[in-house]
Amino acid sequence: MKHTSLGEWLLYGAICAYLLLIYLLPSQAWLGFTINALIVTILSVAWNLLGGFGGQMSFGHAALFGTGAYVTAILQVKLGVNPWLAAGLAVVAATLVAGFIGALSFRYGLRGSYFALVTLAFAEVLRILASSFAFTGGGQGILVPYKAGLANFQFADRITTYTLVLVMVAVAMLITVAVQRSRFGAYLIAIRENEEAAKALGIDTFRTKVLAMMLSGAIGGAAGVAYLQTYLFIDAPIAYGSTMSIEALLGPIIGGAGTIWGPVVGTLSLHLLGEGAKHLVSGAPGLNLVLYGVLLLVILRYLPDGIVGFARGIGRTGQAAAVSVKEAQ
Amino acid sequence: MLTVENVTKRYGGLVAVNDASLKVQEGRIVALIGPNGAGKTTLFAMIGGFVRPDMGEIRFRDQDITGHAPHAICRLGLTRTFQIVQPFAGLSVLENIAVGAHLRHKSRADALERAAMIGEQVGMGRMLEQSAQSLTVAGRKRLELARALATEAKLLLLDEVMAGLIPSEIVEIVATIRKIRDSGVTILLIEHVMQAVMSLSEEAYVLNQGRMIAHGTPQQLVADPTVIEAYLGHGAADRLQQEGAHA
Repeated sequence: MKHTSLGEWLLYGAICAYLLLIYLLPSQAWLGFTINALIVTILSVAWNLLGGFGGQMSFGHAALFGTGAYVTAILQVKLGVNPWLAAGLAVVAATLVAGFIGALSFRYGLRGSYFALVTLAFAEVLRILASSFAFTGGGQGILVPYKAGLANFQFADRITTYTLVLVMVAVAMLITVAVQRSRFGAYLIAIRENEEAAKALGIDTFRTKVLAMMLSGAIGGAAGVAYLQTYLFIDAPIAYGSTMSIEALLGPIIGGAGTIWGPVVGTLSLHLLGEGAKHLVSGAPGLNLVLYGVLLLVILRYLPDGIVGFARGIGRTGQAAAVSVKEAQ
Repeated sequence: MLTVENVTKRYGGLVAVNDASLKVQEGRIVALIGPNGAGKTTLFAMIGGFVRPDMGEIRFRDQDITGHAPHAICRLGLTRTFQIVQPFAGLSVLENIAVGAHLRHKSRADALERAAMIGEQVGMGRMLEQSAQSLTVAGRKRLELARALATEAKLLLLDEVMAGLIPSEIVEIVATIRKIRDSGVTILLIEHVMQAVMSLSEEAYVLNQGRMIAHGTPQQLVADPTVIEAYLGHGAADRLQQEGAHA
């Protein structure tokens, strides 16, 4: 069976070390940067479930993220709902939005780039709607009043917020593991590999894809909730803009789509890369984006299976060779 | 067990299957033969639910399945394989078969265990850990068979599982198919390899240009003038007979 290679152990070890080191050396800038990266990571994990395992490449995961953020904000600020309850309802709302988008696009057999375009269109429609109505705060967005306290789902010190998003990432990853080990996961992968064959083997592909979309929506919605409770502000470009949709898919693709660690590795690397590029060429604004783009191209060109795929290769050959030598004897 | 009654499928002006009927009785191996483009695969696609017939009725175990979804038909116990093999390329042989086994086994461990058993049964025991991508043509055909078998089907529709195989591989797969039938699975197969049709099936249907032109034992069919003409062209039966008389 598939063993974790030495390269993978090193990679995951490095990430865990990085994430735990923050508790020892808590600098505010570093904390802020990592919290942001982890919130995006939650959304990446959501995308990876549908896109990486199910092969349904969404270009509009902002629709789910934004719905999570907006529903929590509206419920708390406009209707005075308890923040924890609002968070729960927001996750439900994102799940339903995902189910609706999924049911509509999969009912008409949309695949590949068509599915990507339709999801993008949904996110754009929601962006325009969110900036047009009074109850969403129109163009100004919604500001949540700052009242720190556990009861309000707001935390005065960043380290608590950090722990919260870290736990959320871990839970999202555990959900992915559970999916991977279940019949549902096997069906999802089968659909990604060959949808016709999946149908012939008794898989209800429509139902499986919609369920995956809904699960992805729940996790994506949770990412939106985490964003709102951290920054206490949301507006249409942040919530539903294409930046978030692109971030959601870049991480898993760079890290290794359809793997447990891929979205985590990819998103953290991308954010570190972006931050590094900013510091390297701080003199010329905009040049950091050029550097970022070039590095991205290099990764896509030379690591077709993502960073996790690359790490899998390290230490694997040695192991395989040892096994074959043993067999020969 | 399976009854196809007066089924028709048109693609624009082309009639792919024209008023075709056939019957498969439980426990038999029935062959569907015919020249290229006769409509055999279209007929299979309609039985499996992949293509909706324009007219006619398909019944499986006394239940009307005309126009049902493929997965629903598969759950009733009717599984098809593909002429152009459709492996889950990124997965191992074992994982491929496990997808089929999951239909009747919810837990991953049960499905994998069952898949390993089926793998042995079709002679893929040594290849279980191999990636489906790395298989030879013969291996891929076997994998199609194994995956379908793993759904614990009562009726298997095998679409040219012997095409592209060398004679020794055909002998192996013929034995495997016979073993499957003996375990209580009914089989309907499309085949071009006549040697296999002759030795395997008790009964065969001949489809030509969308029409069912003959039905009988394979031995009857190879002597049937309409069948010979369908394969070799108009007048071929007469010519063959004359040459036979001269010889």
